[in-house]
Amino acid sequence: MEKTQVKQPMLSKDKAVWMYRKMVEIRRFEDKVHELFSAGKLPGFIHLYAGEEAVAVGLCAHLRDDDYITSTHRGHGHCIAKECDINGMMAEIYGKATGLCKGKGGSMHIADLEKGMLGANGIVGGGYPLASGAALTAKIKKTDAVSVCFFGDGANNQGTFHEGINLASIWNLPVVFVAENNGYAEATPFAYASSCENIADRAKSYNIPGVIVDGKDVLAVYQAAQEAIDRARRGEGPTLIECKTYRNYGHFEGDAQTYKDEEERKTHLGEKDAIQMFRTYLTENDLLSDDELNAVDKEVQQMIEDSVRFAEESPYPAEEELETDVYVSY
Amino acid sequence: MTRQISFSAALNEAMSIAMQKDENVILLGEDIAGGAAVDHLQDEDAWGGVMGVTQGLVTQFGRDRVLDTPISEAGFIGAAVAAASTGLRPIAELMFNDFIGSCLDQVMNQGAKLRYMFGGKAEVPLTIRTIHGAGFRAAAQHSQSLYALFTHIPGLKVVVPSTPYDAKGLLLSVIEDNDMVIFFEDKTLYNMKGEVPDGHYVIPLGQAEVKREGKDLTIVAIGKQVHTAAKAAEQLAEKGIETEIIDPRTLSPFDEDTVLESVAKTNRLIIIDEANPRCSIARDIAAMVADKGFDSLDAPIKTITAPHTPVPFSPTLEDAYLPSPQKVIQIVSELIGDDSLQAIS
Repeated sequence: MEKTQVKQPMLSKDKAVWMYRKMVEIRRFEDKVHELFSAGKLPGFIHLYAGEEAVAVGLCAHLRDDDYITSTHRGHGHCIAKECDINGMMAEIYGKATGLCKGKGGSMHIADLEKGMLGANGIVGGGYPLASGAALTAKIKKTDAVSVCFFGDGANNQGTFHEGINLASIWNLPVVFVAENNGYAEATPFAYASSCENIADRAKSYNIPGVIVDGKDVLAVYQAAQEAIDRARRGEGPTLIECKTYRNYGHFEGDAQTYKDEEERKTHLGEKDAIQMFRTYLTENDLLSDDELNAVDKEVQQMIEDSVRFAEESPYPAEEELETDVYVSY
Repeated sequence: MTRQISFSAALNEAMSIAMQKDENVILLGEDIAGGAAVDHLQDEDAWGGVMGVTQGLVTQFGRDRVLDTPISEAGFIGAAVAAASTGLRPIAELMFNDFIGSCLDQVMNQGAKLRYMFGGKAEVPLTIRTIHGAGFRAAAQHSQSLYALFTHIPGLKVVVPSTPYDAKGLLLSVIEDNDMVIFFEDKTLYNMKGEVPDGHYVIPLGQAEVKREGKDLTIVAIGKQVHTAAKAAEQLAEKGIETEIIDPRTLSPFDEDTVLESVAKTNRLIIIDEANPRCSIARDIAAMVADKGFDSLDAPIKTITAPHTPVPFSPTLEDAYLPSPQKVIQIVSELIGDDSLQAIS
């Protein structure tokens, strides 16, 4: 794909640091989870977001705590970009009582409602109606909050895609639907499973804008997100943004990834690496120096190590917790 | 000795035999081969199903008969219903039974009702294979055991095997059956090995099996809970208590006679079912025995089930969620009125 031509967005230094930091947090968190899972320390199914950092960060850079996001089974990156607590996330993935969901949800169900993070989701395509529903709350309560629905290219073939987006369009809801097209739905190429060339093409059916961006370029995502979120906040309705991206790891941890093309993989892990690309932009435009960036790297590394220690030292939930929180009252 | 193969290999063999025997048998599902339209893979699979159960079948039968689907459960399960009713004999894989939420209409309102609504003119020879069960740390949306939901629906048959031998014989029976059948595979049993004969054999639907004979109490156990019951029975035998274990194998149709005959002999009944308790198979069986076998009973019928909660993620909570041999022994001690049994747990 051709590199998207973007107008240079006016990034403040604070915003630039925040975005770089979040991208590195996601990458280091996922690399660490990969390492811990390989060592047999983590239970359950794990789906890693590494490689797709620019999407979550480019979007969430515009969001407030009272804005909503819905996420996917590959949700760690969305959580981090929406500023969920890293210690609480790691503890959740370990199944510990100190986890964001008290150990009851795990990797596929991390949620933090106070941060507007409405949950990772084990059901592909589960998020569209939920995102529209959260946006309905914002619209009726006139809060000017927006709702961002992250979904994968696999999910774009679920029936809920049609129903959720159609609803958002006819009710003019403040939602931004964000396709993370990483080229593969599990082990099946996007081109095989989808009747359209681009997910964004489907926006026509709902009479909403459909935008395609290079999802490895955080600035391109940031700019497209800005327009879509502003539009939603102004009450002008939903937008569909398709981010062309790539996942560095398999569908789940343990996936041999024989379906991937080796050259494509090398390109994405090398010259198309989202963090490297952003780093180059920041230094070449004198927004941040190498020393400043290295300092962020170091801090993040420490933060991730601390989160592992926090998780490992935390207790498992008490057995009585098994039957709590099914209902508010019963 | 007959050769030993895994539960997963037994299922794979059943599908291979069925596909060789009948060209109308096709497979469809999400990544049941994987790597569709990837140049360097062709008829090689990338996955062979999320748990590898269908590995190699695309190489044997080609992509025309082993169809990877988009992630569109309502689409391909519904398509399988109509393909079945118009001349094919599909085996559709619903990756996890939890995903029925995305396609229940096609199963419940379409497939299950066609024959009745159309005055007996339709047949839906469709097999839906699906993964169920807790114990894999797969959390609330990938761990349920929803067989009661399907058993409730007239027009569907429901099968839950517990051993590699039963898995193969039942799956062949299901594929050759002319009704729509939901075939449940417990994800924690796939690696379990057992004796499985070569070649074709079938186990009729609606036939329970006595997995262990005993005279003191009857345990009816579903799916992998048959093995929980077996562990408890070993320990109880050391205390001189002889447990009879019945595996219903098919929940719809249900073999009432085998259960009632056993209870007439032992006079005590425990049902182990890892699904949630309300409106469950455990309570369905209990109600049936209370109705038809009341005179045989010397004690109240007991059920051992999950609590009325979703499946928790945390290992400690999930272990507490599931039935265990210890829980069985505790209930037996209450039933028999012998506290000393608890010492063995």
